[in-house]
Amino acid sequence: MASLDDLKKRISSVKSTQKITKAMKMVAAAKLRRAQESAERGRPYSEKMNNIILNLSSGVSDKENAPKLLSGTGDDKVHLCVVLTADRGLCGGFNSNIIKKAKSYFQKISDSGKTLKIITVGSKGYDQLKRLYQDKIIENISFKESKNANYFDADKVGKIIIEKFENNEFDVCTIFFNQFKNVITQIPQEQQIIPLKTEEKENKSSEENYEFEPDEDEILGNLLPKNISTQIFKAMLENSASEQGSRMSAMDNATRNAGEMVDKLTIEYNRSRQAAITKELIEIISGAESL
Amino acid sequence: MSEGFNIDIVNPEKSFLSKENVSEVVVPAYEGEMGILKDHIPIISFLKPGIIKVISGSEEHNFYVEDGIVEFKDNTLSILTSSIFDIKNVNKKHVSDEIQEAEKELNKDDLNDQKRFLLNHKVEILKSISIN
Repeated sequence: MASLDDLKKRISSVKSTQKITKAMKMVAAAKLRRAQESAERGRPYSEKMNNIILNLSSGVSDKENAPKLLSGTGDDKVHLCVVLTADRGLCGGFNSNIIKKAKSYFQKISDSGKTLKIITVGSKGYDQLKRLYQDKIIENISFKESKNANYFDADKVGKIIIEKFENNEFDVCTIFFNQFKNVITQIPQEQQIIPLKTEEKENKSSEENYEFEPDEDEILGNLLPKNISTQIFKAMLENSASEQGSRMSAMDNATRNAGEMVDKLTIEYNRSRQAAITKELIEIISGAESL
Repeated sequence: MSEGFNIDIVNPEKSFLSKENVSEVVVPAYEGEMGILKDHIPIISFLKPGIIKVISGSEEHNFYVEDGIVEFKDNTLSILTSSIFDIKNVNKKHVSDEIQEAEKELNKDDLNDQKRFLLNHKVEILKSISIN
């Protein structure tokens, strides 16, 4: 059994850990609110962008000449996966959930004999993937120095992707991120961005006749690269909200566990203190008796 | 029925401006300035650097945009842009920085005509802002 001194030390160390996790929880809660707000504020832009593109792409008459970003290269041999993770740990299953999702997708790709290329955004994803997929990772981007997700960063990632697409380095591009549902639930998502998937197109009943200025192709050509950045930005916003939410609940759990541990240790400490006193008493009494 | 239409200006980070009952909006569309009134037919176009003029009644608001997409549909004008600011409370320093940057860009050799044209245009507009 541990001595009284050891127990005392452990109790105080658990208590200070609890203080840290509590503080982290508070910080995460404050950041979560901000991240959530900006995620909500960012939504109209990506929704509108999506709408316009849907309207446009349903108007494109000949699929043959449609921009490649929309229709694809006609091949699906090389897959590019963009894995968006956090730059920091201590946020529960946040990073590993995305990685798990991505890994199962990677498995599927390599099982079907296609080539896999990976871009990681955020250092945690890189750390977790580099052991298994070192040779597949072609780029590792991290925005450690920017405090919040901003469009400028997303645009940078988007430009890299488009440049690679134009150099025919891949055929299909999928991004992985966590969608923020609520504080305790984040759903890892995979979303194909090149070629653009337009499943909702059929459901759109109102096929408006738009006037285009300049012509459709030129607008689409201008719009699609922007859409890539927008989708990545959306993913980054969702991700940052998810990260904070995940961290908050992880730290909440940690604080609670630390509390339980302190209780248990305190009881143990008191018991052994009592035992020590009783032992001493018995020693004194039996010493007196023998006289 | 109201006399005007709705306008939504959004940038990626937030909704920049949302206004109802606007009587006229002039946007710097790609092929020239374009005035939009109520019941315009649905149109999609993109913007070049210039001034968006939002007129509602006797009020007039001016915004500078660099690029973007406009969509008009069902009497709602949506403008998506990544860079926009209000001319009234503009930061002079910011404008002159932008001008410098654009001019630096202009001096590069690998520009195509279209880009050169857009940049020249941008510089012109920005200079006219900084004078006022």
